[in-house]
Amino acid sequence: MTAREDPFAHVNATPGAAKVDPIIVAHRVKRTFGGLTAVDVEHFEVQRNAITALIGPNGAGKSTFFNLLTGFDKPQKGEWSFNGVSLQSHSPAKVARAGMVRTFQLTKALSRMTVIENMRLGAAGQGGEAFFTALVPPLWRAKEALITIKAEELLSRFQLIDKQNDFAGELSGGQRKLLEMARALMSDPEIVMLDEPMAGVNPALTESLLEHIVELRERGVTVLFVEHDMHMVRRISDWVVVMAEGKIIAEGPPETVMLNTAVQDAYLGAHHDTDLSEDFS
Amino acid sequence: MDFAGLLTDAGRELFAPTTAAFALAAIGLNFHFGLTGLLNMGQAGFMLLGMYGYAITVREIEANNGQLFGVTMAAGATVALGFLVAIVLAVLFGLLLGWPTLKLRGDYLAIVTIAAAEMVRFLGRSQSFKNLTGGSTGIRGKDFKAPFESLSPFPDRQVTIGPFTLHGSVSTSWWLVVVSWSVVALAALLFWRLSRSPWGRVLKGVREDEDAVRSLGKNVYGYKMQALVLGGVIGALGGVLWSFGNAVAPDSMGRPTTFWIWTLLLLGGAATVFGPILGSALFWTALVLIKGLAAMIIPPTWLAPTQLEPFSLMLVGVTLMLLVIFRPQGILGDRRELAINDR
Repeated sequence: MTAREDPFAHVNATPGAAKVDPIIVAHRVKRTFGGLTAVDVEHFEVQRNAITALIGPNGAGKSTFFNLLTGFDKPQKGEWSFNGVSLQSHSPAKVARAGMVRTFQLTKALSRMTVIENMRLGAAGQGGEAFFTALVPPLWRAKEALITIKAEELLSRFQLIDKQNDFAGELSGGQRKLLEMARALMSDPEIVMLDEPMAGVNPALTESLLEHIVELRERGVTVLFVEHDMHMVRRISDWVVVMAEGKIIAEGPPETVMLNTAVQDAYLGAHHDTDLSEDFS
Repeated sequence: MDFAGLLTDAGRELFAPTTAAFALAAIGLNFHFGLTGLLNMGQAGFMLLGMYGYAITVREIEANNGQLFGVTMAAGATVALGFLVAIVLAVLFGLLLGWPTLKLRGDYLAIVTIAAAEMVRFLGRSQSFKNLTGGSTGIRGKDFKAPFESLSPFPDRQVTIGPFTLHGSVSTSWWLVVVSWSVVALAALLFWRLSRSPWGRVLKGVREDEDAVRSLGKNVYGYKMQALVLGGVIGALGGVLWSFGNAVAPDSMGRPTTFWIWTLLLLGGAATVFGPILGSALFWTALVLIKGLAAMIIPPTWLAPTQLEPFSLMLVGVTLMLLVIFRPQGILGDRRELAINDR
């Protein structure tokens, strides 16, 4: 790999900092549940072709913000765009078709479908998914063959090729995370949004998961992920955004962002008894 | 009744048009539940609506001396129009039910369909619409069966094939047997083709996890609607064929009918091509066998003849409970699929 020019070299480490080439720009996004303000983000940008981590203590609004950006939830107000195109009040399906595919904190492998069928479902542009076209196999067989080749390539990359005819429900938790990530890549998304990709993954698999995420960036895919595991955040992310109580309280490179007092207060103030404290020693 | 006669009766049930009609309704439900995971608790409503659509259309044309808007209709055209009306009504009913409920979780569809099916039945049997639907007595066979029966290539008399004697063309006839099982075959073929297509794959994805399918860029609402409408149309066709062997009787299409359809679908095996057909054949044959055996063995002083029907239904119920306990995937289902319970 040739040395990448650091796109963050001239970016200020301040909340809501402007990026050189933002793929997502969100502005004044607010989501409340009754009296509780879950998300109240003033400004947020995600740099293209980089790995951005979204971290914060429990209840910081990370997952809600994720849901808002991907259309799974609707904010009271706010605007955001993807590649300069507004994505407001778009359905999750439309967001995905635009090139922004997500995974879930609780893995959503389609249990009673085989691994390869899971993968094929992730593909875009299969005309046979329309009712009348489905009735005439010659109209979709060729595309199906192409989709299958691509699915097998991805499964090989994610070391799941031996499992392709197993039901997804028979995989281990970590393998399901891998499957979900591989499936998200079937439609060649421009950005993948990973909601806690490491949750529940056995340590033996974390290493390969991390490699896969780094490899995504090398292939030109932008990655935004929510994570609790600070070790992972420091290992692979190019940029870290910290949320607390619905707001973005800090941004910066992974090496320095945790030194920020606001961040330490957010973590240690609310969670002084968790082992996160080890990260500051 | 002698034992050989009972076996003949049970054998007749295997290929009876009623069995075919229920197999069709179950194939429709298989699109809903087996493929898509939709809990439609009102399949009998689709069937009843289909019967009304067909019978009323044909009755009105017949009452008008076979004319529609001054054009004389051939029997074939009348039958085709009747089926078309039945299909259109089922499509509209499906859209109406799906529109408010398919955006919500599955339980809501179950509640709405069970209520809507009952509404169809109660509206049908209400006195207000007596001129249209015939109220609680329904529509007599002779008011709407003639055009269909006139298309029969079979002779207009009793015909014996092997041990079975049926009329050639009238009511539960060889003609109806051929037509209804042909429709079942077509519906099974349709299910086979679609469940192995990319379209069917999306439906299975929806069955497993809607949000995952949404995140992959598919319009889940649209797919659920298509499945609901398609399964409902197949159910309505089953209803029309059922009425050819019986009559349009709203109270025959109440909640028990829906539950029987569910029972025989689960008995045969949901999400399989032949499960609904096998389930229907077994269910109705077993019912006749049990009823006949009970009549032979149990003296009338213990159980009056009128109590035999509920008694045999109860026995069928017990048999099915045992089946669900010991073979929950149904006869044709895949045990491996059922082992995955971690959803």
